[in-house]
Amino acid sequence: MTSEVVIKTDKLTKRFGDFIATNEVAFEVYAGEIFGFLGANGAGKTTAMKMLCGLSKPSSGNATIAGFDIYKQTEEIKKNIGYMSQKFSLYEDLTVIENIHFFGGIYGLSDKQLKAKSDELIEKLGLQSEAKKLVASLPLGWKQKLAFSVAVIHEPKIVFLDEPTGGVDPVTRRQFWDLIYSAADRGITIFVTTHYMDEAEYCNRVSIMVDGVIEALDTPDNLKKQFSASSMDEVFYELAREAKRKSD
Amino acid sequence: MRTLKLLLRKEFKQIFRNKALLPLIFVVPIVQLLILPLAADYEVKNINISIVDHDHSTCSQQLISKITASGYFQLADYGASFNQAFKQIEKDKSDLILEIPEHFENNLLRENSDKLFIAVNAINGVKAGLGGAYLNQIITSFNNDIRVKWSQQPRFSPIPQIEVTSSNWFNKFMNYRFFMVPGILVVLVTMVCAYMCALNIVKEKEVGTIEQINVTPIKKYQFILAKIIPFWLIGMFIFSVGLFIVARLIFGIMPVGSIFLLYAYLSIYLIALLGLGLLISTFAETQQQAMSIAFFFIMIFMLMSGLFTSIDSMPTWAYYIAKCIPVTYFIEVVRMIILKGSGFTDIKYHFLIMIGFTILLNGLAIWNYKKTS
Amino acid sequence: MKQFLSFVKKEFYHVFRDSKTLLILFGIPIVLIVLFGFAVTNEIKDAKIVICDYAKDIATQNIIQKLEAGNQFKISNNLMSHTDIENAFKAENIKLAIIFPAHFNEDLLHLNKAQVQIIADASDPNTANTLTNYVTVIIMDYQKELIKNKSNPYTISPEIRMLYNPELKGATNFVPGIMALVLLLVCVLMTAVSIVREKETGTMEVLLVSPISPFLVIISKAIPYLFLSLINLAVILLLSVFLLEIPVNGSIWLLIAESALLIICALSLGLLISNITQSQQSAMLISLMGMLVPTLLFTGFMFPIENMPVPLQIISNIFPSKWYYIIVKSIMIKGLGISAIWKETFILFGTTFFLLFVSLKTFNNRLS
Repeated sequence: MTSEVVIKTDKLTKRFGDFIATNEVAFEVYAGEIFGFLGANGAGKTTAMKMLCGLSKPSSGNATIAGFDIYKQTEEIKKNIGYMSQKFSLYEDLTVIENIHFFGGIYGLSDKQLKAKSDELIEKLGLQSEAKKLVASLPLGWKQKLAFSVAVIHEPKIVFLDEPTGGVDPVTRRQFWDLIYSAADRGITIFVTTHYMDEAEYCNRVSIMVDGVIEALDTPDNLKKQFSASSMDEVFYELAREAKRKSD
Repeated sequence: MRTLKLLLRKEFKQIFRNKALLPLIFVVPIVQLLILPLAADYEVKNINISIVDHDHSTCSQQLISKITASGYFQLADYGASFNQAFKQIEKDKSDLILEIPEHFENNLLRENSDKLFIAVNAINGVKAGLGGAYLNQIITSFNNDIRVKWSQQPRFSPIPQIEVTSSNWFNKFMNYRFFMVPGILVVLVTMVCAYMCALNIVKEKEVGTIEQINVTPIKKYQFILAKIIPFWLIGMFIFSVGLFIVARLIFGIMPVGSIFLLYAYLSIYLIALLGLGLLISTFAETQQQAMSIAFFFIMIFMLMSGLFTSIDSMPTWAYYIAKCIPVTYFIEVVRMIILKGSGFTDIKYHFLIMIGFTILLNGLAIWNYKKTS
Repeated sequence: MKQFLSFVKKEFYHVFRDSKTLLILFGIPIVLIVLFGFAVTNEIKDAKIVICDYAKDIATQNIIQKLEAGNQFKISNNLMSHTDIENAFKAENIKLAIIFPAHFNEDLLHLNKAQVQIIADASDPNTANTLTNYVTVIIMDYQKELIKNKSNPYTISPEIRMLYNPELKGATNFVPGIMALVLLLVCVLMTAVSIVREKETGTMEVLLVSPISPFLVIISKAIPYLFLSLINLAVILLLSVFLLEIPVNGSIWLLIAESALLIICALSLGLLISNITQSQQSAMLISLMGMLVPTLLFTGFMFPIENMPVPLQIISNIFPSKWYYIIVKSIMIKGLGISAIWKETFILFGTTFFLLFVSLKTFNNRLS
């Protein structure tokens, strides 16, 4: 983790009519950091993340992603980030190789680079025998690992992960986090939201959002000290139970 | 450019991998193109007539022979009472009743005139109208025959006669299929393209893959183009199969006019249509909604575009609605080029309108698309 | 029973909360009635014709006046020469051309014989025929007038009575057809899609593990559409009676009962389709594209089935809408009772049972 700031927000706000989903949120994320973005359902973290990815326009406030302005330079932002959501990442009706080639090509890898990268990726994940099969036929854990690898295939500055490990067993989740670590080691910033509090422990720093506002932001150790808790679970519980907004 | 190529490759793979979809896109329209023209026939023929003859004279017998020999009518029943004949109508076994009164021949000879009673099942107004007209024609002709036969005396001065000759152009064999097949082809291509395009985009919305596309450097126009181009090609393909294989080989339809002109118009038409599909996809959140909206439009297109019934016969308000439908113009153009051999100057106006539609529909679609995402 | 009702309630929520689809579902029958009642018609009106009159005498003037008097024709152009006719056909929407030779009246009076030539655009043979007929009739009328003064022996006067539909309204034929079309298509489409959607999203499994029998789960899906279709039926009947002035001559209860039968038949078909398709897309495509055009054709209200080649006539028997159309015509227009339509009703019953049987069989297989 370096001191270079890759994400900086300043009073970032999103309103839907009278309802303020994200309320003047301000924080910084450093290059190579694994940043956990936590919050109860309905706290506003998905809305915030969508703004950072360029999926939705803020109502007010500023932010820069990888040094690019969130209002004026969305095209540059898109070229420099990766994204993976629990709901979907890969095309089920295309094969493993076809998905790799498609997304890699979209992000500007040349045919030669694609060939090299896809061989490397398939070997690393052990998917040699499934390479030509449709993604739909893969078990969920492999899909997730593949989706993550595809999300970082172009070595972006930041990769946004929206609850990436839902629905798989702990062993597979651990393997997934190995991939995350190796990406972070290569200098990719990881911006991840999750409900698994043990995963919160894996992050360099964690922020907890309640009712549209960031109520806490620090390393897991510091947070535990601050709230006299023995686990992130307890920290989360302390903060989130006061939330006025119940889940949507 | 490379992005577009990648997108197109993905789209084609997805379309052709969809085993359930393929037959429905390709086979169903062709099959319908085969069956529809065979079934679609407004010609009024094989009219069933029940005759009740109270006279049983030479005269009435001759009239009946003339009717059955005419080829328009089939004698369904030759009965003794009107009630019996009426039951035939109730059971749909007969379409009209001719009742010849008692002393028909005698009355004609002595009183110089007599009546005939006709009752027609008028639920189908056109059939009734034509059936009645044919019968009238036969009776009038029979009437003339009697006059000539019974009045040999030169007491009566010769009657001036207007001889009407009629000839039929562009469709010498009066083949209704020549008229219907091109029109049906247009409607089928319309259904497949607009509908499929809308559904395809909405599916991505529903499943969520559209979100993934939105975070990548893929530009909106590339995404839209990649959705439109495959269906444009599919539309061209279906039209070609329909025109060259089904229409030519099976129905024997050879276009009289320029095929190049036809395809030029088709190209523009398809773009307009896909714009409509795009527009529909911006209003629908689920596939079910897209389907319902498409269903609605397709019904209106089929009925109001002049495919089955002429738009000139519509009341003014309906006529103007028909003029706002792109399908109407293409059906006209297709018939004009294929049957009459019209040239570019003849359809200049249609070209302009279609270009207008293209710009309007695609413009609206893109504007709405930007707004909602 | 209570569980069943809670399923039914859930299904009603699904349907009534999707306002866009609902709008279309209710809108379609209304639009169809308006279109068929007023816009779509087989009659010929305002057909554009051109006249090439070389004679320009009193006889031709008379005939032309007669042509203009009715609303069947619109005289678009008076051409100078018959060589212009071909261009006129190609360029505009001219349906017919009439050529009067020079000295028309003279020939008629002195030679007792004159000619008129009609050239029809036979792209649409029906229109060509009808228009040619109309023009011929008008010319013959003129001829009759000429000989009016001379005595007319042995005149046969036919008296024509139009049964059931004296005004020859096109709508009389169409409304029963629309009923058949709408009820069949909407039910099949909606039921199939609704069930397949649950399969696709995976919530079907949740339903099936509930203590209620899977058969009842499916039935609960069909019920809102049964309800909706009855409302649609009511709307169509009201519009037909009050807007189009086509009354219900027979027993309305019989009509409703028969309609309910058709609806159940359609729902069974929807069920069957949902069993054999895996995705919403396929269900929709089969129901919509696969069934719209054939139903339109084979119900028999747009084109008479008797005109079709025999194999197609046989195929038409498969469509429940065909039998329903006959039933509705008999009850609504002819005012007949059950004795007249027992055969068709029986066929509908049979079709429904068959469809239900097959769908139940395939449904159980799917589960395991």
